[in-house]
Amino acid sequence: MKNVIFAGVGGQGVILASKILMEVAMNAGYDVKESEVHGMAQRGGSVDCNVRYGEKVYSPLIPREEADFIVSLEMLEVLRKLDYLAPAGKLIVNREKVDPAPVQTGAMKYPSDIEEWVGKNVKNAVFVDTEAILKELGTRKALNIVMLGILSKDLEFTGEQWEAAIRSLVKEKFLDMNLKAFTMGREYKETA
Amino acid sequence: MEKKVLLGNEAIARGAYEAGCHVATAYPGTPSTEILETIARDYRDIKSQWSPNEKVALEVAAGASVAGARALAAMKHVGLNVAADPLFTFSYTGVNGGFVIINADDPMAWSSQNEQDNRHLARAAKVPMIEPSSPQECKDFTKLAFEISEKYDRPVIVRITTRIAHSQGIVTIEPKQDVPVKPFVRNFKKYVMLPVHARPRHVFIEEQHLKLKEYSDTSGLNRIEWGKSKKRGIITDSVAYQYVKEACPDDSVLKIGMVWPMPDRLIREFAAGVETLYVVEELDPFIEDYVKALGIPCTGKEIIPICFELTPEIVDQALNGRAHPGKYPKYETEPIPPRPPALCKGCPHGFVFSVLGKLDLIVNGDIGCYTLAALPPYSAMHTQGCMGAGIGMHLGMEKAHGPEMARRSVAVIGDSTFVHSGITPLIDLVYNRGTGTVIILDNRGTAMTGHQDHPATGKTLMGEETHALDLELLAKACGVKRVVVTDPKNMDEFERIVREEVAAPEPSVIISKRKCILMK
Repeated sequence: MKNVIFAGVGGQGVILASKILMEVAMNAGYDVKESEVHGMAQRGGSVDCNVRYGEKVYSPLIPREEADFIVSLEMLEVLRKLDYLAPAGKLIVNREKVDPAPVQTGAMKYPSDIEEWVGKNVKNAVFVDTEAILKELGTRKALNIVMLGILSKDLEFTGEQWEAAIRSLVKEKFLDMNLKAFTMGREYKETA
Repeated sequence: MEKKVLLGNEAIARGAYEAGCHVATAYPGTPSTEILETIARDYRDIKSQWSPNEKVALEVAAGASVAGARALAAMKHVGLNVAADPLFTFSYTGVNGGFVIINADDPMAWSSQNEQDNRHLARAAKVPMIEPSSPQECKDFTKLAFEISEKYDRPVIVRITTRIAHSQGIVTIEPKQDVPVKPFVRNFKKYVMLPVHARPRHVFIEEQHLKLKEYSDTSGLNRIEWGKSKKRGIITDSVAYQYVKEACPDDSVLKIGMVWPMPDRLIREFAAGVETLYVVEELDPFIEDYVKALGIPCTGKEIIPICFELTPEIVDQALNGRAHPGKYPKYETEPIPPRPPALCKGCPHGFVFSVLGKLDLIVNGDIGCYTLAALPPYSAMHTQGCMGAGIGMHLGMEKAHGPEMARRSVAVIGDSTFVHSGITPLIDLVYNRGTGTVIILDNRGTAMTGHQDHPATGKTLMGEETHALDLELLAKACGVKRVVVTDPKNMDEFERIVREEVAAPEPSVIISKRKCILMK
């Protein structure tokens, strides 16, 4: 079984990213389950989606210590999810900082050494810079799909399988942009 | 057969559609909202609607059922409190067309004011309750609920929880059954609950209860899954079943899919077949107490927490003693700032609560996004209980301390919440000679749950134009002479109005009108 956590803040589109991953996995013949949060938790709060696929999936929630991948669309959120990472699991972290309310009001500081600390303590972690890609795409809304593209290199599905899933789930109007975002993510060169 | 990945709530909508459901009603509430949204979007043959509140939603569905249609009403757990009055008596009248109530509990109170366990309501209202544990079962059980309802002449509750409603999985898509709407047959002994009719109906539903007990034992909704080992047997329901299957793959399991009435024979058979018996369930010891009342010893809440939702790790720790602290060091350089939900930048509520905070008023709040104003940076809400409570509490405070109290306090309530449950307490405030100020935070929709329409927006769930309830006229009709409509973005003006209305020794309503920043 593969376990993937998408972490981020409300509005970053983690649910769509998980939906596409689930679609790919289902079409490849796997059982899939997912768990997500809605409602009050979404109002600028931390959000995460758990996606699991394999022969047979019971729990929609990934237990701590069992995530094969944590894809964090925001830097700080990775610290909240680290207990979920499996010993051989991989972190993929977007270098974007979204200040939480206590930082905005000046009551707390945004931790300054996340990347350094993670580099020291987590063997398998990559920090990615999506800024240039998003600029070229002309929209920040594609961040979720860019990150999915980056993750896709580590999963067993082909480019065609991904494209088919994106085509079946993304609205016509946004399709070209999202396909491009996915490809740019998939072609992104990681510097570990 | 076609397969699709669906959210639990979408699977329920699909189940209603495949069952030939004719009418569906709800008031939005996390985690139940997507059920009606999906029906209105994808299954347009079903007449679907937002009702002003859950009580009305349940009554409209009851009316449709009595008239011969298959009907569904969906709501969150606290919504069923609002709808408890009709529930308890439509339990007596029973149904004509199948009548299904979807009840969504919220263990962990992810988006709710409490963690109540509504399995108790099924027992109290004497209504059968079934519990899916996956999106596939969400669809299958919803269809089955209509059949049970018609066969046994009972409304049927399908209970889901947040982790069922908001988890996705693969669902098999089947065609729609065409079920004709039956004729309405006058039968006042069944449909008019005069005491003289209620008594024999009570006898009738107790008889049905015994038949449903038999069904609970034999239908397959409750089933024993003998594992490799019979040393340990675990009785479990809802999403906890999935956690048990994951954490204890070799143990024997009695899966409860129908939690009311409970399957006595199966429980006895299962208990007799295993060496030690456990009950793993979220929230209250509902199954556990029942098993113990049958005289069967078991272990449950001694090791499974009664508060908050379960997770696969909690079950693994409790049953297998395996801890899951995490495999990496803890980040301790600096404290990790929490990311509490907060009002959006430019939110109209922000203007209102900045002013209320500045004036240091005691604020009786209500249910909606604006409840977040209780938290920093606003810290400007001091009481909040349930839908509509703020206005009644505002009056109660005045009764406790005299009119002086109303000179330094207000009630705030959203537009949708006001229509849901704010009108009767406003009537009370006027009727019982209160002098307080009610601020209706009119952001033109039910924002918290995703901007659903309501009676004051002029649009129905199915997208039709309709009469828009006039809140100003309504407040006047309740007897409020001082009604002011204003845009809170002009904060100086808003402050002036609040000062003036709070000072006035008679009831005031301020309609603070500005569209939610997230709405197009």
